Amino acid sequence: MVRKIEGGPDVLFIDRHLIHEVTSPVAFLGLKSRGIGVLYPNRTFATADHNTPTINQHLPVADPLSANQLKALETNSNEYGISHWGLGHQKNGIVHVVGPEYGITQPGATIVCGDSHTSTHGAFGAIAFGIGTSEVEMVLATQCIMQPKPKKMRINVNGKLGKGVTPKDVALFIISQLTTSGATGYFVEYAGDVFENMSMEGRMTVCNLSIEMGARGGMIAPDETTIDYVKGREFSPKGEAWDKALAYYKTLKSDADAVFDKELTFDGSKIEPMITYGTNPGMGMGISQDIPDAAHVEGGAATYEKSLTYMGFSEGEHMIGKKVDFVFVGSCTNGRIEDFRAFTSLVKGKHKADDVTVWLVPGSHIVESQIKEEGLLDILTEAGFVLRQPGCSACLAMNDDKVPAGKYAVSTSNRNFEGRQGPGSRTMLASPLVAAAAAVTGKVTDPRTLIEELV
Amino acid sequence: MVSSLKMLTHHSTTHNSPFTTHIKNMAYDKFNILKSTAVPLPIENVDTDQIIPARFLKATERVGFGDNLFRDWRYNPDNTPKTDFVLNNPTYSGKILVGGKNFGSGSSREHAAWAIYDYGFRAVVSSFFADIFRNNCLNIGVLPVQVSPEFAEKIFTAIHADPKTELEINLPAQTITLLSTGEKETFDISPYKKDNMINGFDDIDYLQSIKGEIEEFAANLPL
Repeated sequence: MVRKIEGGPDVLFIDRHLIHEVTSPVAFLGLKSRGIGVLYPNRTFATADHNTPTINQHLPVADPLSANQLKALETNSNEYGISHWGLGHQKNGIVHVVGPEYGITQPGATIVCGDSHTSTHGAFGAIAFGIGTSEVEMVLATQCIMQPKPKKMRINVNGKLGKGVTPKDVALFIISQLTTSGATGYFVEYAGDVFENMSMEGRMTVCNLSIEMGARGGMIAPDETTIDYVKGREFSPKGEAWDKALAYYKTLKSDADAVFDKELTFDGSKIEPMITYGTNPGMGMGISQDIPDAAHVEGGAATYEKSLTYMGFSEGEHMIGKKVDFVFVGSCTNGRIEDFRAFTSLVKGKHKADDVTVWLVPGSHIVESQIKEEGLLDILTEAGFVLRQPGCSACLAMNDDKVPAGKYAVSTSNRNFEGRQGPGSRTMLASPLVAAAAAVTGKVTDPRTLIEELV
Repeated sequence: MVSSLKMLTHHSTTHNSPFTTHIKNMAYDKFNILKSTAVPLPIENVDTDQIIPARFLKATERVGFGDNLFRDWRYNPDNTPKTDFVLNNPTYSGKILVGGKNFGSGSSREHAAWAIYDYGFRAVVSSFFADIFRNNCLNIGVLPVQVSPEFAEKIFTAIHADPKTELEINLPAQTITLLSTGEKETFDISPYKKDNMINGFDDIDYLQSIKGEIEEFAANLPL
């Protein structure tokens, strides 16, 4: 913290700033109109992801508006001396996937990006959150932003997760309990053995979804799992600097007597594979449950009814057995290697259902390479699936990966808002395993019924 | 809670306004007292994907976003207006948008706040705002006014009964008044942000004014 303003926000120094093509161009225009430069260009990293095609990336981008935005990111980055990982660059990929992969994400660092899912990086014990374009401009110009101090919440999940229950299910469960606004105004720390036993990929999935219950950020205290992941990555500290960093990382945990404004505890063994049935991520439930009645849901009945009408669902219906037209595996939520391992483990030896379109989109080139090197691609190909190229893709459908109006998608992404995956699209959020079960059956299917040994 | 944040010695500075010394860029119109009719949107959890869908985020300049405000609620796929949406109902107009609980959730896209400003709204009233959206509004000159759920309900009822009902938002006094009945509520805003909005300042003006302090701070940090 650089400075605290009495009765106002704090001035926070930002260690690492990530930018992408959609929320940065107007910030650069702002710098130009003010006649100021970028204060610390080596603290900002640019990657193109929101607007990129996921096939034929070697060809020119067909949509002139998208091409223009990608070009603007490149031009601005070059002009101000910012590392730019554009389309075709080996390090290009989803900002919240490549940041950790290359060691830009460090425990204890303050990290911001003009993207609400910046909360992902909290998985490393970083203070990471999404910002608007005005703030992107602030960080470029001064490496600082001005933020009011958030309240603190701790969410404990203990116990052994059941068969087929993934980090995504844990997150969707928590959000379903808190609602889509239940953590607004808070920074959340996730604690308990469920998170302690989770891989970094899983922790990133959980922290990524913090924003979906309104939390600005989520974090998990760094431990050996974190340190093993961070060590040796390209932008991680090396040599003496690493020893110093390591000592610092080990100090990054809440005091034993830390007091939280709110503390919640859940039993992990009670969580089942989750699916959403409505138009915000809080409208989720165990896949075997029935869609709740408005009377049992917090909030206004009119809003609830509007949501179900949009989805074409009714109160009391089963989700299992509902028709699925599209399946999307990818995004900053579930576009990492573990997600593709899980998907592949279920579809192995089975075949893609004929009437389902399946988009498998890795979060980065590293993930793409891992899928190939681990032999997953062969299994996927055998089962009738095609692997696309890295990008945000159908998560927000800024590129051509759009779900048509009225069609149903089971998606491993983060938002089921109206039209999120294309105008009129209907999204059911779920884990890679639930996505896999839908991909081979063409219906909402409980993955636990499909295979004995799940990852 | 995990924290790496350190505190610097507070440097004393001289200010014209309580907070800033610099010449201003006038990023947006100053906000003082706003008296206007209001447009009611009593839907909860209005997310920023509804306020401005992603496919309209491809611009590299801040122009034309108001045309696509609430695009998919406002227009049919063939671009004809949806007559049942409030922005297409000539009965309702004004510079104040009154939304349901948890307004502005989801994506951090500042384009949502730009679209609201560009369309002509200067204030959004709700019983609850999403954090990033609220911050974005404050940064671009749209005043988020958080009222109690009861007062929000009174506003909706009053506008429903008489669409010409006016609201008065007095930023210096931090009050919102339903002029038809005189009912009034106070709202919160930090003294710093209030000063910014009244004067048309923004955070970069302030941060530029303490640049020396920032550089001194950065000199002691690893990358």
